[in-house]
This record gives sequence, structure tokens and C-alpha cells, in this order.
Amino acid sequence: MKGMAKGPDRWWGGLLKAEWLYSLGLFVILMGAWELLVRYLEVPFYLVPAPSGVLVALKEGFSEGLTSRVGFYLHTYYTLGEALAGFVIGSGSGIILGTLIAQSRFLGKVFVPYLVAFQSLPKVALAPLLVVWFGVGMTSKIVIVAMLTFFPLLVNSIAGFESVDRDVLEMMRSLRATRWQMFVKVRFPSALPFIFAGLSMAIVYSLIGAIVGEFIGGRYGLGIMITQMSSTMDMEGIFSVFVVLSLIGIALYLIMRSIERRVVFWTSRSRDVIGL
Amino acid sequence: MPPFIELRKVTKTYPTLQQETLLALQDISFEVGQGEFVSVVGASGCGKTTLLKIVAGLIPYEGEVRIGGEPVKGPRQDIGFVFQQPVLLPWRTVLENVLLPIEVMGLERSHYEKRARDILQTVGLAEFVDKYPFELSGGMQQRVSITRALVYEPDVLLMDEPFGALDAMTREALNLELLRIWRESQKTVLFVTHSISEAIFLSDRVVALTPRPGKIADTLTVNLPRPRRLETIQTQEFGRLAKHIRSLLGIGEEAGGIE
Ligand SMILES: Nc1ncnc2c1ncn2[C@@H]1O[C@H](COP(=O)(O)OP(=O)(O)OP(=O)(O)O)[C@@H](O)[C@H]1O
Ligand SMILES: [Mg+2]
Repeated sequence: MKGMAKGPDRWWGGLLKAEWLYSLGLFVILMGAWELLVRYLEVPFYLVPAPSGVLVALKEGFSEGLTSRVGFYLHTYYTLGEALAGFVIGSGSGIILGTLIAQSRFLGKVFVPYLVAFQSLPKVALAPLLVVWFGVGMTSKIVIVAMLTFFPLLVNSIAGFESVDRDVLEMMRSLRATRWQMFVKVRFPSALPFIFAGLSMAIVYSLIGAIVGEFIGGRYGLGIMITQMSSTMDMEGIFSVFVVLSLIGIALYLIMRSIERRVVFWTSRSRDVIGL
Repeated sequence: MPPFIELRKVTKTYPTLQQETLLALQDISFEVGQGEFVSVVGASGCGKTTLLKIVAGLIPYEGEVRIGGEPVKGPRQDIGFVFQQPVLLPWRTVLENVLLPIEVMGLERSHYEKRARDILQTVGLAEFVDKYPFELSGGMQQRVSITRALVYEPDVLLMDEPFGALDAMTREALNLELLRIWRESQKTVLFVTHSISEAIFLSDRVVALTPRPGKIADTLTVNLPRPRRLETIQTQEFGRLAKHIRSLLGIGEEAGGIE
């Protein structure tokens, strides 16, 4: 990060590592307890799998070839592709429309009632309809993801532009800054922290959207894997997909936050090392 | 001294949410000569910020304000405004913040960058040129804000309680620095403060405002020798002036609230 002292960073880094260690320890204990409970109570494997069984399923899934339909790689490729494409399209258009609306009170007044109405709609309810319209391929999933990620970015960018410090605008006015200069030098950078908060939210939604879309129908994707496995009661397989999904989710979120920390380095959220 | 800033019967009313109006300033008339240092002193809420913003062309007003003979109708680029808060952009380094007016005004960066570094050096921020505002103390941020107002060489400096949020020691040091900069640059300064001793210490003349609505209670000339030193505060003349302003503002000898 730009302009930060090295010392405190390293110190926090040390503390952070210690905390990770505790988290890991807790994880091991929980898994152990789960394993013991499942074995001791003789829970049927088709209801709740044992962690050891999930681990085996994970190993199998990862040792399959890149194009195997029973391995993780092919399905991850599709799910991730849908999530990222939808994320870029949805959040991109959310930022652009939000930015335009925020530039004019008139546009704001005209659009906001519709946006509020749309936002309160449970958009995943539209998923079956979208599959009818766009088919069972990747397109319908991308559309669902785009719809889910559009609103957080639209709302957050409008809020971001409204958050601009009035004193800063007055200072710019005292220098006779043009509207464009105000936008580029003050309004847009002020909105960026809000936009990034929206992106961190949207990246998580994007994975949810892709999975929901796949549940409705399709040929490839981790959501398809789950539907197929539940028809054969393969609980260990389903849980192994859960694990893969959470790993992807965590990775996407962390990548987003590290970009955020670099771009909007001046916010307290970015400077707080502990807060993921 | 020819008048450079002229105010004639300046009145300001603000609309309020209750459909009433608030009379913030009433019939303010005074002049600031070219190169003169004039302070406006008054209690909190008496309209000091309002007065400065009117002179800066930032808010509409009734009456007449002229700078260099021209009526003030909007912001002018020959004015440097130091706000009550530092108002720095957190994503810009100290140097980038100071050069903001240069970018906005489309002036030649290379020439002014050297000037910016020079001023930052004189206000003791040479090592902080590439730091961000959140890495600076409040006093340092205010010095950056002053540098930003000086960098494009405006003829007029309008300062709104620039040291109001600082501790007494930093404040004294910055007062001395400000006087040095003023002596060297020969700018016309209109300085707002609620500190009577700060007003006397810095100024050629002090305009005392009454509490709401702000009216001129009196304008007095400070006949203390320059360059001023901290010992100036202990002189009899200084005490006499302070006492006079205090009585003008209706503050008893022991009453607190204003220095
Ligand atoms: N934008 C505004 N709208 C309505 N009323 C305002 C506005 N700005 C200031 N006022 C009112 O005008 C009066 C003078 O305000 P001003 O900010 O000029 O005072 P001040 O002397 O600078 O006070 P302080 O020393 O606390 O900074 C106050 O009563 C305030 O409530
Ligand atoms: Mg004020």
C-alpha cells in the first residue's frame, strides 16, 4: 500500500497470523467433533456425511481430469465463468447508471421509484422465467447474476455520489472548478469507497446467482453437480461441492478486498488490516 | 493605503426551515487596504464565516462588495480561501493537494511545483510532501490547507479561523509563521477568529462584530510595532485593546467563552 509505514504493518501481520492459527485450530476441533458424533451416533451416511467421507470425495473430485464430468474442474469453469461475466455486466451497468442518475436531481426523481420497486423484488424468483427466455445454457445464468449484482452497485454508487463532502465542493467552487473537474477530481473519487463496498457484496451474490440459475436447469456447473448428486443421495459428494463453492467464494471476496484496499487506500476500512 | 476590499451595507438573511428568515449580518461596511491585515472578531454564530464567504463570492448577499474596484459576483481566482476545516482530498498526497488549484486553473505545473515545495518547506512540512492527509496531525493538515491557498499567488487571502481547532502552542507558532509569510508576500489579508488576542496580535485593524445579527460594534487600529513578537501580548497597549474589544462584545472581565 502506498505511503504506509512498514513497521506497524509487520506487527499487525504477526497478530493476524496468530489469529489464523486459532481459527485453524477451532476448525480442526469442530471437524473432529463432527466425525466422532457421526460415528458414535451411527447417523446414516445418506443423511449427514462424515468429514472423512467428504475429504475422500474432495480428493476424488480434484483428481479427475480437466474435462471430466464427474470432476470439479469443468463445472467450476462454467460456474465461475457465469458468475464473473454476470458480475462484470451487472455491476458495470449498475455503476454507469448510478453515476448518471446521481448527476441530476431530475433523473434521480424519475428513476428512483422504479429502482426501489425492482430492488424489493426477489429477483431469484425470475430465474425459471429467464431459463425459458434465454435457454438452459450459460446466458440465462449470466443474466440472473447480472440482475443480482446490478442493484447493489446502482444503489451504492448513487449513495457514494451523495456522500460527497459539501465543504470540499465549496472549496472547488472557490477555485472556479468546472463541473467536469468537480466530477473527476472530487465526486468520483468520493464515490469510490461506496462502489467498492457494493462490489464486495456483489461478488458474493454472483456465485449465488450462478448456482440458483443452474438449479433450474443446464448441463454444466457446480449447481448441476449438486442436483445430480442429490438424485443419487450422494451426500459426501454434495458436501464436497459445498467445500469447493465456499473456497471459490472466499477467494473471490479476498481478491475483491485486496483490490479495494489498493484503490481506495485512504478509507479506514482499507487501513484496518484485521477487517477482511 | 488604497482600499482593496470594500464592503458597503452588506446584509445577509438565510431562509430557515420554519419559513422564517434568519438575519445573519446587518449593514456591514468596512474596507481593507492593499497589503493590510484586518481581522474580524466575534462570538460563535455571529456571522464571521458568512462574511468571508460573501467576500469570496461563494454565497449571494445584499449590499455591495468590491475587490480591486470590481463588484463581487462569484468566486475569483485572485482570492485564496483558507476554510475553517482543512478540507483536503484524502486520496491525494500533501503535494497533490497543494497543487489542486494549479490543476483546476490550468496553470503550468512545473513552475508551481517548485513554489509548492518551497512553501511547504517554510511551514515545516518538507518531509511530509508525499504523505497522505490521514498521516498528518490536525495542525499539519491546516498548514497544508494554508499552503494550498498561497500556492497560486492570490492577491487576497481570506482565512476563516484557520487555527481554531489547534492547541495554544501550535497556534502561536503558526501565528508567527503567518505574519512572516504576510510580510514577505505583502498580501491583503482578511482574517476571521473568535480569539480576541489572536486578532490583536496579527492585525493592523480589528473589526468587532456583535452577536446575532452580526453588526459592526467598532473598528479599531492596532498601533503595536511590527514585527510582532510573543512578548507583544504582555504590553499595556495590547491589554488595553483586548479590554476594549471585550467590552464591545459585552463580555465581562472574568467571563469565559472567548479569549
Ligand atoms: N447555510 C446556512 N443556512 C442557514 N443558516 C445559516 C447557514 N450558514 C450559517 N447560518 C446561520 O448564520 C449564522 C452565522 O453563521 P456563521 O457560520 O457565519 O457563524 P460564525 O461566526 O462563523 O460562527 P463560528 O465562530 O461558530 O464558526 C448562524 O446563526 C447560523 O445558524
Ligand atoms: Mg465560522
